[in-house]
Amino acid sequence: MRRIISILLENEPGALSRVIGLFSQRGYNIETLNVAPTEDVTLSRLTLTTTGDDKTMEQITKQLNKLVDVVKLVDLSEGAHIERDLMLIKVRASGAMRDEIKRTTDIFRGQIVDVGPNTYTIQLTGTGEKLDSFVAAMAEADILEVVRSGVAGISRGEKVLRL
Amino acid sequence: MELLSGGEMIAKALEDEGVEYIFGYPGGAVLHIYDALFKTSKVPHVLVRHEQAATHAADGYARATGKPGVVLVTSGPGATNAITGIATAYMDSIPMVVLSGQVATHLIGEDAFQETDMVGISRPIVKHSFMIRRAEDIPATIRKAFHIATTGRPGPVVIDIPKDCTRPDAKFEYHYPETVKLRSYAPAQRGHTGQIRKAAKLLLSAKRPVIYAGGGVILGESSELLTRLARKLNYPVTNTLMGLGAYPATDRQFLGMLGMHGFYEANMAMHHSDVILAVGARFDDRVTNTVSRFCPGAKIIHIDIDPTSISKTVAADIPIVGPVQSVLEDLLDILESLQEKDPKQPDTAALGRWWQQIDEWRAKHGLWTGRRYGESDRIMPQQVIESLYRVTGGDAYVTSDVGQHQMFAAQYYKFDKPRRWINSGGLGTMGFGLPAAMGVKLAFPDMEVACVTGEGSIQMNIQELSTCKQYSTPIKIINLRNNYLGMVKQWQDMQYEGRYAMSTYEDSLPDFMKLVESYGHVGIQVTRLEELDQRMEEAFAMKDRLVFLDIFIDPMEHVYPMHVAPNGAMKDMWLSKNERT
Ligand SMILES: Cc1cc2nc3c(=O)[nH]c(=O)nc-3n(C[C@H](O)[C@H](O)[C@H](O)COP(=O)(O)OP(=O)(O)OC[C@H]3O[C@@H](n4cnc5c(N)ncnc54)[C@H](O)[C@@H]3O)c2cc1C
Ligand SMILES: Cc1ncc(C[n+]2csc(CCOP(=O)(O)OP(=O)(O)O)c2C)c(N)n1
Ligand SMILES: [Mg+2]
Repeated sequence: MRRIISILLENEPGALSRVIGLFSQRGYNIETLNVAPTEDVTLSRLTLTTTGDDKTMEQITKQLNKLVDVVKLVDLSEGAHIERDLMLIKVRASGAMRDEIKRTTDIFRGQIVDVGPNTYTIQLTGTGEKLDSFVAAMAEADILEVVRSGVAGISRGEKVLRL
Repeated sequence: MELLSGGEMIAKALEDEGVEYIFGYPGGAVLHIYDALFKTSKVPHVLVRHEQAATHAADGYARATGKPGVVLVTSGPGATNAITGIATAYMDSIPMVVLSGQVATHLIGEDAFQETDMVGISRPIVKHSFMIRRAEDIPATIRKAFHIATTGRPGPVVIDIPKDCTRPDAKFEYHYPETVKLRSYAPAQRGHTGQIRKAAKLLLSAKRPVIYAGGGVILGESSELLTRLARKLNYPVTNTLMGLGAYPATDRQFLGMLGMHGFYEANMAMHHSDVILAVGARFDDRVTNTVSRFCPGAKIIHIDIDPTSISKTVAADIPIVGPVQSVLEDLLDILESLQEKDPKQPDTAALGRWWQQIDEWRAKHGLWTGRRYGESDRIMPQQVIESLYRVTGGDAYVTSDVGQHQMFAAQYYKFDKPRRWINSGGLGTMGFGLPAAMGVKLAFPDMEVACVTGEGSIQMNIQELSTCKQYSTPIKIINLRNNYLGMVKQWQDMQYEGRYAMSTYEDSLPDFMKLVESYGHVGIQVTRLEELDQRMEEAFAMKDRLVFLDIFIDPMEHVYPMHVAPNGAMKDMWLSKNERT
């Protein structure tokens, strides 16, 4: 089962490598990983998506919690949450395809953020699934590059992950 | 406030931390530290002959005393040589602080001379690690390192120290913090009362209970509590390899070690039990045999301070996260009040039948009640351990290396006290025994310390005979000489039709008598059974000499019982070369 784990991590050198090392060392999957500073300079916020059966997931959360640099952790998939992935996708856009691509982008509520004589760069945010469907919808076009941020997530409502 | 250099702060902080010994080896990156130690420190430093031995000696010291072991090594090769010992300590949850030198800050990342990414290399085998970035952080970091190493589930902590942070000309105000604040580290202090209450009820309802106690009982200083609990309930107790001594081995309620080479009665009792109380034990694969066939009728209560140990391999029915000491105290209280209300629990008739069954197992194949080794005109390894037990009155500290000799020692030396049995269980590190014995002897100079080893293992850190000379550590080395990598040979006998691929040394073994004499110690060779006890006594009578007993044993002996694998359950064992359950 897919899970979204969100972590407050000490903003210390080497902290991220402990998290990633844990996954490779113990043979767990990381599907996406997103990490950036927060409003508190001493903390980074990390969101990762992973898959595994319940027993594996239990071990993953316990092992992560055991890392001294992990300050707090929540499994967002246990409750209502919002997840967003950001994609930048560069496609060949010439001739009739230019309109076609523009239309599909609009349908997905994406934005064309860079226009070249023969290329478009499109920005799209949404769940991982939505981005996957967009890529599928672009099958006709010539995709030159896909860059995704990985899922960033947050709980809905009053629930917060903070110190 | 004093003004001290980085190196001096390290020396002072170790003193303030109450460190009794530093085990280490110098080199370029730590020369400022060594100079500071030389000039100012009251903490004695033990110069080993290889950094691996420094970690094992510190580890042996830690296992025997319960205090953290301290290691100081240089960067690059000094640091990498320490890795095996750090991993050994990590696997057995031993508190240790390792200070490693690092190249100067401005050289990091340039493949500088003797640069190695110690924090990176050690990452999967430490409880935590630090890299010093500013000299003024040294005291607080050292305090944190000791705090993390010794609390919760203990383990090794590495502090990597760039050379420029220790330079003598930069001085700082020194202040050693008394307390540590770590917002992201808070090991459990108490178990959940509701869970403990549930556990107490389940325990009292048991008809075929077993207490399965491991290294956590020793690490958590709770042998007495465990013994109190077991006696109160009259429940049988088995110990893991790491737990030996947590419950007195000569007690009637003791079933012996369990697991791959565990006692018949212990493994049978586990398999047929209805309630297992696991305390500070981690359901290791050397214990469980095939997990899906593990103790099919048993409900499991699992007490452990580390949540990751619980339901990792075998699912617990009642998990209790907490230190064994407070959890057992709470459990005893609750049991008492439950029994006051209902004195008919536990069911003494059922328990009586259970003990009768256990006694039948004991009589049939018990390791101590039945004779589990053959008659031979050669010395049997088990007889050597029995002799060691007799001559030391069962009260020695026994370290061991890894192999058959380790299992014979674990099976035949009856440890009545915790911290007396000192071996590498989780990593199974050959070369552990001699340096560990050194560390133990330094901690307890008046106690007998024996290192049970094999001619394979002892050669992995034999250079430490020189350290033993320098620091006068008169340990006794009991070499169970079978002329094979015996444990490897046993597997080859059992699974590879006796093809001894690389488990013999042909004629290349050294003359151990001459070897130990050249290091200034005493060697005694024993080849006949009749002289075994006498030679053993002679060795231990030489109080202030290191004696190496080279005892020629029957090379064909195997360690039994041995779990049947693959697909075996706890109850499936080879009992000898041609008998199995
Ligand atoms: C050749 C060889 C053969 C072996 N054969 C066997 C065998 O037959 N039988 C056997 O048992 N082992 C055997 N082993 C050892 C085995 O590999 C494991 O090391 C051992 O079984 C683990 O012991 P343990 O479960 O007691 O856990 P340990 O490794 O001692 O771990 C201790 C546990 O207690 C917890 N703990 C620590 N402190 C506390 C506290 N204060 N409160 C609560 N919990 C705490 C820890 O979190 C951990 O889960 C063998 C090893 C070798 C090298
Ligand atoms: C460092 C290391 N290398 C390899 C092994 C694998 N191993 C386990 S037991 C053993 C043989 C040990 O031989 P010896 O020390 O003579 O003991 P014996 O089994 O003969 O009693 C080996 C090679 C190990 N445990 N540790
Ligand atoms: Mg041997």
